[in-house]
Amino acid sequence: MKIRTIAELLDAKVLCGAENIDKEVHSACGCDMMSDVLAFVKEQAVLITGLCNPQVVRTAEMMDMRCIVFVRGKTPPKEVIALAEDAGIVILASNERMYVACGKLYANGLSGGSVVNG
Amino acid sequence: MADCVNFHFDIDGDNFTSAGEASVRIKKLLRQMEFDAEIIRRVSVAMYEGEINMVIHADGGTADVNVYCDRIEIILKDNGPGIPDINLAMQEGYSTAPDNIRSLGFGAGMGLPNMKRYTDGMKIESEVGKGTTIYMTVNA
Repeated sequence: MKIRTIAELLDAKVLCGAENIDKEVHSACGCDMMSDVLAFVKEQAVLITGLCNPQVVRTAEMMDMRCIVFVRGKTPPKEVIALAEDAGIVILASNERMYVACGKLYANGLSGGSVVNG
Repeated sequence: MADCVNFHFDIDGDNFTSAGEASVRIKKLLRQMEFDAEIIRRVSVAMYEGEINMVIHADGGTADVNVYCDRIEIILKDNGPGIPDINLAMQEGYSTAPDNIRSLGFGAGMGLPNMKRYTDGMKIESEVGKGTTIYMTVNA
């Protein structure tokens, strides 16, 4: 699925990284606990979260993710957007709640992918 | 590449916002040195968890990264309160982080287990009241 399609499905604004919006992504995870993202993510390229601090971008960068979707109408502060721009990560902002956002993307073919084994 | 390249970082303990900056820099440096992407990810995640731990628990510390052709060593040193029971601290889900840290997305008790998970070798030396040093190695 293209990141552009994610933005359309979630009626999301593109806050940065528009130049990468036509990149393909194959799996996603929804999580507010960055420790769990670091523990269990393997190849998921999209992080769907309601948490809005710089560590969200750093976590995504560590895991080589390409896109962060902020849900529940959260708008990240400027420094968070600047970090994502520097890392080449697309930031989307949607008014959907986490459950609905994940459901819409999953129903349209964006899988959960595999996870790291303990 | 030289036999060993060393990078040193001071980790600011007062600033949760900047936590992780050293790991991001190491990630970029290892990319420039053309290490395998999976190796880079394992090094940077292990170091990032360590950085976060030092900020949460120990008022900062230092990180030294020694890059060899065949391995990358990470040494994290702090002068924090120390870990009274290392076996307990290594259990997934065990955490002594305060609630305000959980609201920031950390403190789930996954830090040390993740560091072990992503590295090929890990040793913890800790003395209560004096501090903790963690040695990690990732084979390249």
